Amino acid sequence: MSADGKCEKSRVINVGVLALQGDFAEHIQILKCMGVQTVEVRLPKDMVDIDALIIPGGESTTIGKLSVAFGLMAPLRRFASEKPVWGTCAGAIFLAEESTGHDQPMLQVMDIVVQRNAFGRQVDSFETDLDIPAVKTSENQRPVHAVFIRAPLIERVGKDVEVLASLPDGRIVAARQGHLLATSFHPELTGDDRFHRYFIRMAAGLI
Amino acid sequence: MDDQTVGTVGLKRGLAQMLKGGVIMDVVTPDQARIAEQAGACAVMALERVPADIRVDGGVARMSDPDIIYKIMDAVTIPVMAKCRIGHFVEAQILEAIGVDYVDESEVLTPADQHHHVNKHDFKIPFVCGCRNLGEALRRIGEGAAMIRTKGEAGTGDVVEAVYHARTVLGEIRRLVGLPDEELMAFSKEIGAPYELVKETKELGRMPVVNFAAGGIATPADAALMMQLGVDGVFVGSGIFKSGDPERRAKAIVEATTHFRDPRIIAEVSRNLGEPMVGRSVSSMPESEHLAVRGW
Repeated sequence: MSADGKCEKSRVINVGVLALQGDFAEHIQILKCMGVQTVEVRLPKDMVDIDALIIPGGESTTIGKLSVAFGLMAPLRRFASEKPVWGTCAGAIFLAEESTGHDQPMLQVMDIVVQRNAFGRQVDSFETDLDIPAVKTSENQRPVHAVFIRAPLIERVGKDVEVLASLPDGRIVAARQGHLLATSFHPELTGDDRFHRYFIRMAAGLI
Repeated sequence: MDDQTVGTVGLKRGLAQMLKGGVIMDVVTPDQARIAEQAGACAVMALERVPADIRVDGGVARMSDPDIIYKIMDAVTIPVMAKCRIGHFVEAQILEAIGVDYVDESEVLTPADQHHHVNKHDFKIPFVCGCRNLGEALRRIGEGAAMIRTKGEAGTGDVVEAVYHARTVLGEIRRLVGLPDEELMAFSKEIGAPYELVKETKELGRMPVVNFAAGGIATPADAALMMQLGVDGVFVGSGIFKSGDPERRAKAIVEATTHFRDPRIIAEVSRNLGEPMVGRSVSSMPESEHLAVRGW
């Protein structure tokens, strides 16, 4: 509290979560548990104070159309050109340079090509354990339990993109390009916060 | 590390979590499905007839012709849902074989069983079911439903029952959260719900699965009203394709659902939408025409 009684925001880190549609509340809940300050982003004005952004799971067509309708495309692209952004599932599609076979609004800021619904329909959705060295911590070396729901695949990555996780057959499901992070699966659904901690360390410039 | 599991409770409930904050629209043709997707729907419900027409036509309402469902699945990339009759587990098996993303075991169709719903645990694909109160919702979840929608009164364009059912469910949850643990068994008995789910609901402070509103939503304001009451998203049935300008109305309802707390945006998107569906007030309907009472 400051002298005039107003609550002072700490300038630790302020993470925006794109709240147009999808499971943004799940991301916010995990961040709050970690003590991270969050902002729901629905309009460009909501982005003023944020240091990093998460684009949640949901329907990528819906998120894209609402971004166009409310003038978010340019502000999001500007933000993603310098600040940390993480997309899960639909969010990963939205970040990608290209989605094979689909014409829909995309930010096209990350040098990856994705394939939507790459595994099939809901009946083909699956859960599996993945070994992801990047997010392991000294306390928790266990594999990451990954939930794939009508999930996209990362078909191709550019030369500056680091592959963080693949399925046993080699297909890519998590990647990082500098300050941009994309995962085909949903760390926000599992109660394992290692990916969120990884992203916060990215946002803080520690890794 | 190679083990992949499918059809889990987490995957079923998880897809509903991806639909949150969105609008699921009833469609009867591939063209309507494309219009819905173009407008920003997060999923479509593939039907032969919308509820308003089912009311007019009368007779027995059944699962749609699989051909219509296949054509709609081919037309869009968003999830496709389809309805089976209450208790008609073979219709549900057919929908699973077709590969729809969600089955709605729906009171809008004529019930096939007067006592029992489908055992939804038997299926790999998820189910959404209707409810009028918390007891009904938790009984459906007990049978394996991975998503709940309050019933409202489908095919009327009158939001009053949707409001009543949402207020009932959310009010009962608020009451439950305030109860001491020793009163949970009596509460379970009172509402006719499984004790473990009552306990889980109290601990979470919300239903254990995603909860949408349905039945009578016809305008952007109706959708925002339901969202402000506290549901996770909305189904719009007859309200879109029985209106004067479905493209514009569909888009406006999607936008109002996202910006449900911003009346200036809702005002803006509500301009010049053309005629809403004519509608029928629920209070003027004889009891025998109420669909929401179906389900046990």
